[in-house]
Amino acid sequence: MTQAKDPAFVRFKGIEKRFGDLVAVQPMDLNIPEGSFVTLLGPSGCGKTTLLRMLAGLENPTRGDIFIKGKRINDTPIHKRNLGMIFQNYALFPHKTIFDNVAFGLKYRDVSKTEMKEKVEKALETVRLPGVGNRMPSQLSGGQQQRIALARAIVIEPDVLLMDEPLSALDENLREDMRREIDNLQMELGVTTIFVTHDQREALSMSDKVVVMKDGFIQQQGEPEEVYNNSVNHFVADFLGHSNFLAAQVKTTRKDGIYEVALADGSTCLASPVGDFEQGEKAEIVIRAQKMTLGYQKDFVQEEGMNYFYGKIKDRSYMGGEVSYFVEIADGQLLHVINFVKRSPYRRKDEVYIRVDPFHCRLLKQ
Amino acid sequence: MKKLISGWTLIKLYTILVYAWMFAPIVAVVILAFNPQQFGTFPLEGFSFKWFVKLSQNSTIMEAFQNSLVLGSLTAIFATAIGVPAALAFIRYEFRGKDFLNTMLIAPIMIPEVVLGVALLLFIRWLQQPKSFALLLIGHVVLTLPYVLLIVQARLVGIKREYEEAALSLGASPFQTFREITFPLLAPAIFAGMLFAFTISFDDVTATLFWATAQNQTVPVKIFSMLRTSISPEINALGAVMIVLTVSIPLAAGYVARRFARGNTP
Repeated sequence: MTQAKDPAFVRFKGIEKRFGDLVAVQPMDLNIPEGSFVTLLGPSGCGKTTLLRMLAGLENPTRGDIFIKGKRINDTPIHKRNLGMIFQNYALFPHKTIFDNVAFGLKYRDVSKTEMKEKVEKALETVRLPGVGNRMPSQLSGGQQQRIALARAIVIEPDVLLMDEPLSALDENLREDMRREIDNLQMELGVTTIFVTHDQREALSMSDKVVVMKDGFIQQQGEPEEVYNNSVNHFVADFLGHSNFLAAQVKTTRKDGIYEVALADGSTCLASPVGDFEQGEKAEIVIRAQKMTLGYQKDFVQEEGMNYFYGKIKDRSYMGGEVSYFVEIADGQLLHVINFVKRSPYRRKDEVYIRVDPFHCRLLKQ
Repeated sequence: MKKLISGWTLIKLYTILVYAWMFAPIVAVVILAFNPQQFGTFPLEGFSFKWFVKLSQNSTIMEAFQNSLVLGSLTAIFATAIGVPAALAFIRYEFRGKDFLNTMLIAPIMIPEVVLGVALLLFIRWLQQPKSFALLLIGHVVLTLPYVLLIVQARLVGIKREYEEAALSLGASPFQTFREITFPLLAPAIFAGMLFAFTISFDDVTATLFWATAQNQTVPVKIFSMLRTSISPEINALGAVMIVLTVSIPLAAGYVARRFARGNTP
């Protein structure tokens, strides 16, 4: 790993895809660094899968170029691109044994019989399913089938591993395990991986870089922490995690970078701006549900430079370690607050204060 | 009050009657084929294979039999050769006029055979060609193509595109993908379609009556003409053979197809 990594191992340049009048992918540039795990995240119809399929060669871009390792591959047919592809429904060949499934890609590469056997066995060991070579796909569980699909994709030592919602067909518990397994495997092999999902937890937990998409546009890209904590717009903040949005108007700007803004009910709130704002500009404050702290009046000493909201608990749901509250504040707006349970959870109709650091009140452009 | 006969019992009874009504004549033919007497009566006055022996010695019938076999086999081959690529095109590709073309190929199934028979005959007259074996073959292919098309299409829809995409991504060329993935998964349907085509061609009467020449009579047409001249118990024997063939071939096909499909249902 001494060699410098190529920051644009996979490169989309001015790529665009239209299906008739529908623009699935708006013209965009995107670089994917060598050895990284990049997630394309977004709701269905955001263009993430189309982008992946264009890279795979299953769709032709309407405009723009795709490069892998600096080589333009637009005109390279799919079977010459050397990519490993994983599908949502595993797509194991149902009429072939596990061994033949995994060995399939090696048949079209210069590999001797003995070498093939070794490689297949090694790949099966890598996905922790040794000795299933003689079975048929239908004899394996969903999780096992997806691991075989993984083995089949990595055995050909692809330049890029493409995964299209590989976990969504699995049930909740299994998904968690597979998530860790894929993550570990990717780190172990160091293969550049592009992972498509609509599940923010998958995206945040696995990726080196998250690309959030909507309506064919890239909304934001960056490390998971960056995208989560510094969401640049309403959509990203809303799509990742649980966020509260409050309408606001900029009152004064302060030297320390914190702004005073007026909320709908006329009260003043301190917020940290994302971007530049003018005085009087209409904006929006976003606050994550986990970044607020609930307490009774007696619990809080009102500190200077903190935001406090007074409200009444309307609804709550207990989730074991934490509790999800909906607190009605002035104006009848509901704030979603998620807090760890310290002693006993607050009850419905309790009158509470919510404290939140201005740092976590992020002022967004409307 | 407890009802003596419930609605369900009536329905069961009715169903049995309907089946009896439909199958009794067929059973009668098979039984009478073993009757040694010239004129069939019940109960049988003995049991013999003599009509079958006589049948095998009747050269015109044996010739018709041969014609039917050759025609059926060729029909199956041609209908499959046209139907499978057509099904692939309809399911896997987008092109203009697709729905129209598909409807046109399926149409013969909805048109009465008499109409089809006359139409093809008129067409051949218009082309100023004589009736021939080729005409008969073309007619039968037209007649059986919809079945092949429908069966293969239904199966193709069931074969997920991802299998092919996975194979392509692993380095198999489109042709290799077809040979390694699509064709093996499609094989049971192709096989079933072929047998359907064969069976339909083998026992078609109506349209064949219009198309067959004196030299290439098929078995059903032969039976039909035999019935017009005499009522020979040979017909019963021939009927029995036909019934056994047309029932057992699809059954055998179903069995083979299931063996084929074992372990590879997606």
